[in-house]
Amino acid sequence: MKYRAKIEVSLKPGHSNPEGETTARLLKELGYKVEAVDVSKVYTVILDAPTIKEAKAKAEEMSKRLLANPTKDNYMITVEEQK
Amino acid sequence: MKLEEIKVCVMRVGGTNCDSETQRAFQELGVQAETLHVNELIKRRNLLDYQVLVFPGGFSFGDYVRSGVIFARWLSAKLDKEIETFVDEGRPILGICNGFQILVEYGLLPGLEGVSTYPEATLTTNEPQGFKCQWVYLKHENKGKCAFTNKIPAGKVVRMPIAHGEGRLLFPKEKEQEMLAKLNNNDMVVFRYCDKNGNIADGKYPANPNGSFYDIAGICNRDGNIFGLMPHPERAMYWWQQPDWTRQQQMLQYGDGKLIFQSIIDNLTKKC
Repeated sequence: MKYRAKIEVSLKPGHSNPEGETTARLLKELGYKVEAVDVSKVYTVILDAPTIKEAKAKAEEMSKRLLANPTKDNYMITVEEQK
Repeated sequence: MKLEEIKVCVMRVGGTNCDSETQRAFQELGVQAETLHVNELIKRRNLLDYQVLVFPGGFSFGDYVRSGVIFARWLSAKLDKEIETFVDEGRPILGICNGFQILVEYGLLPGLEGVSTYPEATLTTNEPQGFKCQWVYLKHENKGKCAFTNKIPAGKVVRMPIAHGEGRLLFPKEKEQEMLAKLNNNDMVVFRYCDKNGNIADGKYPANPNGSFYDIAGICNRDGNIFGLMPHPERAMYWWQQPDWTRQQQMLQYGDGKLIFQSIIDNLTKKC
């Protein structure tokens, strides 16, 4: 069965986020009442797994082994069947 | 081991830099040094023919995902047995700049309990933000554990250049003090950023150029054979690489970077 796992990796609070800060500054210049901008990366992974539970477990493993560094990153995973 | 028998492997991949300078620095001191693409080592399975492994600076794999992580995971997928043996036998590994990031992402540094499955630290965005390319002063704080610096007296101030945008060493916030205590207790802190008089930067820019925790510029593992640092010793090897060479009447032939390369060579030649 094919699954689509969305892994969103974002910075933990307190970590430097220059892209978000620059974007926020410009949005303010453009006249928007913006307080802050957080930037995160989304990896959409199409993978084979026997069940959705196992697909999620694989995505979790990928996050730990490659996509997120536990010192500075949080990650969130959503998995759905690939149509 | 005889000087001429020592073989150094400088491992490169797309995006690495200063590999030639690193190779030349070792060759200058009389040992054999080669720059090899990681795929050559994977194909030939000959990493263990070398006594020293070096990960040079740069932006391996375009810094995709995170600086150093793709190279680190590529190695763990393709050369894990050789790296494991290399480490277990206590052979020296040096990581410069991006090489330091690779060692941290691989789990080889800090390596408080040996090689960790997941990274125990990060080298993240500089604070203040931005790519910093400048000379810095470093205080040697190691008391003899690190094989790459144990010829340098404790407390000596050296200068080398940095060139990075992500060199801020951080540990998980909740474990910061615990990890610092372990680093200090095991003599794993090697270089700290300081001013030219040797006063520790205390987090203040520009002496600490990246906001690194505890002003750390370089650390070694608990056995002292794996060493990573953000500054570039290979860019501080010769007198003509120094920033003030045109203003001086006379300069020493070598810069402070030589101390790193000489230390490891001296340690290896001492071994029978």
